[in-house]
Amino acid sequence: MSVTFEVNGQSVSVDVEPRLTLADCLRHKLRLTGTHVGCEHGVCGACTVLVDGEAVRSCLMLAVQAEGTKVTTVEGLSNDDALTPLQQAFRKHHGLQCGFCTPGFITTAHALLSEEPDCDADRVREVLSGNICRCTGYIGIVDAVLEARAAYRRADGGQS
Amino acid sequence: MKNTFIGAPVERREDLRFLRGRGQYVDDLLPDGLLYAVFVRSSVAHGRLVSVDATEALKLAGVHAVITAKDMPDGPPIIPMRLQPLPDFKPYEQPVIAHDKVRYVGEPIAIVLADSVAIGEDALDHIQVEIEELPPIADHETAMRDESVLFEATGTNKSLVFVAQKGDADAAFRNAPYVRRERMRTGRHYGLTMEPRGVMAEWDEAKGRLVVSGAAKVPFFNRRILAEQIKLPVESIEMIENDVGGGYGARGEFYPEDFLIPFASRHVKRPVKWTEDRRENLMAMNHARQADADIEIACERDGTILALRGHIHVDMGAYMRTNGAVGARNIPQFMAGPYRIPNVRIDSSLWMTNKTPVGTYRGPGRFETDFFRERLFDIVAADMGIDRLEFRRRNLVTKDEQPYPIATITPYESKDEYDSGDYHATLDRALREFGWEEKSKLQGKLIDGLYHGIGIGCFIEGGAAGPKEMARLEINADGTISVFMGTSSVGQGVETVFAQIAADALEVPIERVREVQHGSTTTVSDGYGAYHSRSVVMGGSAVLDAVRNFQAAIRAKAAERFGCDPSDVSLTVDSVVGPEGRSFPLGELAGLTAEGEFLNHKHTYSYGAHVAHVTVDAQIGQVRILDYVVVQDVGRAINPLTLKGQIIGSLVQGLGGAMLEHLQYDEQGQLLTGSLADYLLPTASDFPNLRAFVQDEHPSPINPLGAKGAGEGGIVAAGGVMANAVANALQSFGVQPRELPMTPTVIWQMVEAGRQGIAAE
Amino acid sequence: MKLPAFEYACPATLGEAVALLASNDDAKVVAGGQSLMPMMAFRVSQPTMLVDLRKLSDLRGIRIGEDGVRLGALVRWRDIEDDARLAQAHPLLAAAIEHVAHYQVRNRGTVGGSVAHADPAAEMPGIAMACDAEITVAGKDGTRTIAAEEFFVGALTTVLEPDEIITEVKLPHWPAGRRWGFQEFARRRGDFAMSGIALFYDVGADGKAANAHVGVIGIGEGPHRLTAVETVINGRVVDAALIVEAGVAATKAVDPQDDIHASAAYRRSLTGTLVERALEHAAAL
Repeated sequence: MSVTFEVNGQSVSVDVEPRLTLADCLRHKLRLTGTHVGCEHGVCGACTVLVDGEAVRSCLMLAVQAEGTKVTTVEGLSNDDALTPLQQAFRKHHGLQCGFCTPGFITTAHALLSEEPDCDADRVREVLSGNICRCTGYIGIVDAVLEARAAYRRADGGQS
Repeated sequence: MKNTFIGAPVERREDLRFLRGRGQYVDDLLPDGLLYAVFVRSSVAHGRLVSVDATEALKLAGVHAVITAKDMPDGPPIIPMRLQPLPDFKPYEQPVIAHDKVRYVGEPIAIVLADSVAIGEDALDHIQVEIEELPPIADHETAMRDESVLFEATGTNKSLVFVAQKGDADAAFRNAPYVRRERMRTGRHYGLTMEPRGVMAEWDEAKGRLVVSGAAKVPFFNRRILAEQIKLPVESIEMIENDVGGGYGARGEFYPEDFLIPFASRHVKRPVKWTEDRRENLMAMNHARQADADIEIACERDGTILALRGHIHVDMGAYMRTNGAVGARNIPQFMAGPYRIPNVRIDSSLWMTNKTPVGTYRGPGRFETDFFRERLFDIVAADMGIDRLEFRRRNLVTKDEQPYPIATITPYESKDEYDSGDYHATLDRALREFGWEEKSKLQGKLIDGLYHGIGIGCFIEGGAAGPKEMARLEINADGTISVFMGTSSVGQGVETVFAQIAADALEVPIERVREVQHGSTTTVSDGYGAYHSRSVVMGGSAVLDAVRNFQAAIRAKAAERFGCDPSDVSLTVDSVVGPEGRSFPLGELAGLTAEGEFLNHKHTYSYGAHVAHVTVDAQIGQVRILDYVVVQDVGRAINPLTLKGQIIGSLVQGLGGAMLEHLQYDEQGQLLTGSLADYLLPTASDFPNLRAFVQDEHPSPINPLGAKGAGEGGIVAAGGVMANAVANALQSFGVQPRELPMTPTVIWQMVEAGRQGIAAE
Repeated sequence: MKLPAFEYACPATLGEAVALLASNDDAKVVAGGQSLMPMMAFRVSQPTMLVDLRKLSDLRGIRIGEDGVRLGALVRWRDIEDDARLAQAHPLLAAAIEHVAHYQVRNRGTVGGSVAHADPAAEMPGIAMACDAEITVAGKDGTRTIAAEEFFVGALTTVLEPDEIITEVKLPHWPAGRRWGFQEFARRRGDFAMSGIALFYDVGADGKAANAHVGVIGIGEGPHRLTAVETVINGRVVDAALIVEAGVAATKAVDPQDDIHASAAYRRSLTGTLVERALEHAAAL
C-alpha cells in the first residue's frame, strides 16, 4: 500500500506492506536510523517518535496508520551545527552513555517540555518511566530534562 | 601545556552523534544485497534433536536458504572458553549449532536466510523440528542427583569445583568461640543491553575476505576463534566495532551467532545480517548471578573474624561459555571483600542445567558474594550484640596492610592481592555524606505507616585484567592526531577519556586529538578488549607508551630531515622544531604512526562503601529508597563526569538485581520471563535519590596513570546493602532476607513469618 | 518479532467497519494498538485483517450529562487525563486512569480497546465493573447495550461477536457527596496491578453507607465485584472497625493465583490491605 505523511517537515510517500511498523518504515524505508528498536512490544520506549506532536511508541504503530500525519523523529529535533538546548543539557549532565535509548528520551522529553515547561522532578520521572535506560541510572537524564525547562519556557520553545 | 584534561569533567565527544540520532549501531547498516537471518531455536529444554525439515519453508517466496548442522561436514565447531579454559570444561563447551542434542530453550537449531526478517519469521512456522524429549534439569538440586545428565560423555552435571583457600579454616573453626551458619541465594538475572545483539557478515568471494560488523568487547580474541572455526587466516578477517548499545559483560563474548552469521554469508556468498530481537535476547544472551550459598563464619567474642567456610552452588545453564567460569570462581575468592579474614575455605560447584548458559555480568560473582557476606555480617553482629558499623571497622583491612593478599583459587592457580587503599576512609566518608548521625536514629522506626531502615556495605572492585593492551597514534594531514585503541567501547565514553589521556601526554589542546577509534581489528596490531574494568588502566597506560614511541618516531624522522640529532628536535602543538629555528608543520608527517603497549599481570582494586536509607511498607512489601550514597576511590579519576555515571548506572543495575530482575524457569526448563513485561528493568521512578562521590586518594601503584578500574563498584554492593536496609527496617519482626530479588511477595512472606513468630512467643 | 501478514482497511464510517468485520471472521479491530500490537509481535494473535477505526471521529468524545459520563470508544487515556470536568464528574474514573501504563501509551490507548481486550488487571474494565457501566456495541444486526457484569466473561474474553465494535462506554451519573477510593499496587509504576480496588459508597442522612460497590482487578479471570465486602459495608458507618472487617472479608472473597510477579497468598493479603486503604480514603473525603 502507499502511505503519504510528513517526516521532519518533509512530505514522503512510501510503498509498504500493512504489517510494516512505523519504526521499521522510518529505519529501513526512509533510512532515518536515529529511531531505535529495543523490544518491539511497546515497553522500552527507544522507538519513541512524535506523531502530530504527541509521543508514541513507533513499534506499536503501523506505517499505514501514519497516513496524513506529521511525524517527528530525533533527526527532526536536531540541527547540523549546534546541539539544541535539550541536547546540551543531556550532554552537560551526562544523561547518556551508550546512546541507544537516547533518541527515545529526546523525543519524549521534547514532547513533555513543549506542553509542560514547568513540570517538576516527580512529573519528569513519571513521564520518563515509559523509557528504559540501562546505562545511566536516570539521575543525569532527569537533571538534564529539568535544566532544559528554561529553554522551553522561552517564546521560541527551545528551538535555539 | 601541563596536564589539564585528566581529572576534568570533559563533556563527551560521543554525545554529539548520539544525541542527534547519528550513532551507527550494527542494525543501522544496510548494504546492498543484504539477506536477513532468523534463527530456529529449540522450544524444548532437553532432548535429542532427531530431524529438521525445511522443505516447506524453502518454497516460500523470499526464503533463500535454511542452514543446519548438516551443512557443516566436519561437524559444527565448538566454542572454546576464553577465561579459565580448564580441560575439565572442554566436554561442556557449546557447539555453534545443535546437532545431536538440544540443552536449553533458545539453543540455535537452524538459520533461515530471507529477504526480510518478517519473511524469515514467517518461514519458522513451516519448519518441522523433531525432538525426542529428555527429562529436564531445571535447577541445581536436580542436577546434583546426576540422574538425567546433559552430557553423557562425562556422566555428571558438575563441570568443576573451584576452591578458595587461605590459612587453615578448619582449624580456626574448631577453636572459634563463635560460629554462625547461613544459607542464602541470589536469583538469576542478566546484563540485558538496550541494544540487542547483532552480527553482520560480508564475505568477499573474490578476495577471500570476511568483514564482520557488530563486534564488541573482545574483537581481536573473537577474530582468532572465528578464523580457526571457519578455516580462514586471521588476516582475512576484519572485525568492526560499531557503536555499541551497552555491554555489561554480556555482549561481545563469542556466541554461536558469531560463527553462524559469517558461515552463512560465505555459504550463500551474500552479506547476511542478524539482529537479535528482545524475545531471543532473554533466552540467548548470557544469563548470570544465580547462586546458592551455605556459608559459615567464625569469630572471636569481640567480633574479630577468624574464618569463612562454605559451599556455593552455581547454576551454570547448559554450556560452559567463553567466560562462564568467572562468576563461579569470583564468589569464593572474593567473599572476604575488603575485610581481613585470615582463614578461608570455600568451594564453588558448577552445575550444568537445561537453561540458557551463563557468562559474566558486571561485577561477576562479586554481586552475589557481597550479598552473602554483608548479610552474614549484619546477622552475626546483631546476634553477638555488636554494633554492625563497629563490626565492619574492626575487620576492614587497613591501609598499612596493603598490598593485602587474598584467598588463592584452585584450579587455575591464581594468587592475587589488593593493591592500595584506605577502606576505613571511604566508609567514614560515606557515613558522613549520608548523614549517619541524624539518620541512624530512624533505624527500625515506624513513622506514618512505614518502617525506616539503613543498610551499609563495603566493597572492592577488581579491574585492569592483563596481560596486555595496545594503542596507536597517527598524524593526519592537518596535523591533528588520531588515536586507535585495542580496547573496546561499551558506551562508557572511551572516545573522550582516551582523548583526555592522549592530549595530556602529548601536551596539546584536546581538539588536536581528532578522534579515538576503538575496538575494531583495523585499529592496532593486537587488542585485548573491554572487560574486568580494564579500559582506562590498560588502554590508558598503553596510550602513554604509544605517545612516547610516537614522539620518538617524530623526532627520529625530523632529525633525518633537519640533519641533526633527535634530541635537538622539539615538538609544539602543531609543528616540529629543529636547530636554528627551523620548523615544519606536523601535518607534513601525515601517516606517521607508532604503537605502544602496556603489560600487566596484577589487578587494581578500587573500593568504597554504600549506605542506603529505605522505607518499607510492611503490609504490601513495598520498598522505597529515601537516600543512597556511594563513595568510591578509583585511584585516579580521569573524567569525574563519566565516572559518576558509571557508579550510578551500575548501582541502578544492582538495585534491579536486588529488587526487580529475575529470569524464571518452570520445572520443564521453560523460560517464563519471555518479555520486558515479565523481566522487570528499573525505570526512572523506581530508584531516585542516589548520590555518588568519586575520590582518588590512593593511586594504584601498578600502572603509570595510578588509575584503577571503576565501572563495577556501584553494582557489587547493592544487593547486600538493600537486604541489610530491609532487615534493619523490619527488625521488630525479626526478619532476615536471605534471597534476591526481594520482591513484594518475598518481603511480605518474611513479615508474615515474623508476625507469626512474634505471636507464638 | 515482526508482525505476521494481514490485510489492512481504514473505513470512513462505522457501518463500513462493521461490514468489514462481518465479512471476515479473522478480522480484528485496531484502535490505539497498544494491546493488540504486542500480541501480534509475539504472534499470539494473527488476524488476517485489521480494521482501523482511526477515521471514526464520532467515537472520540467525552459527553457528560444528567445520565452520566459517556466515553466514546476512541477516547484515549490522555483525553481522560486532560478533561478537567472528570475530577468532579467521575473522580473514581479519573483516579483509576492515572495508573494506566505510560506517557506514550496514554497518547494512543483507548477506552474501547481496553474494554474489548479485557485484561484481568486493566483499570478500565475494573471501573466498568465497579461502576455498573453500560457498553454499547454496533454489529451487523444493529446496536445493543450490554451491562458490564454480562460483558466480561473471562480472561481476555468478552461477549463481543466477531462483527461487533464497541462504540461507547457509559458510566452512570455520579452524585456529589459519593465516597470513593482507588488503590492498586503494581511492581513498577504503570505496570499491571498485582491487585487493585475501585470502590464507592453513598452515605445517608444517618451516616450509614449504602449502595457499596467494590470492584477488584488483577485477581482471577477478570474484574469482579466483591459482594461479601459490600455486605460488610452496607447499612453501617464506615469506621476503623468496619474497615478492618472489610479487609478480612476481602481476603476471603478472592481466589488469586500464583504467577511470576506475585504469589496467591500475597495477592490475597494485598487485596485486603488495598480494600482497607481505599475505604480509609473514602471515609476521609
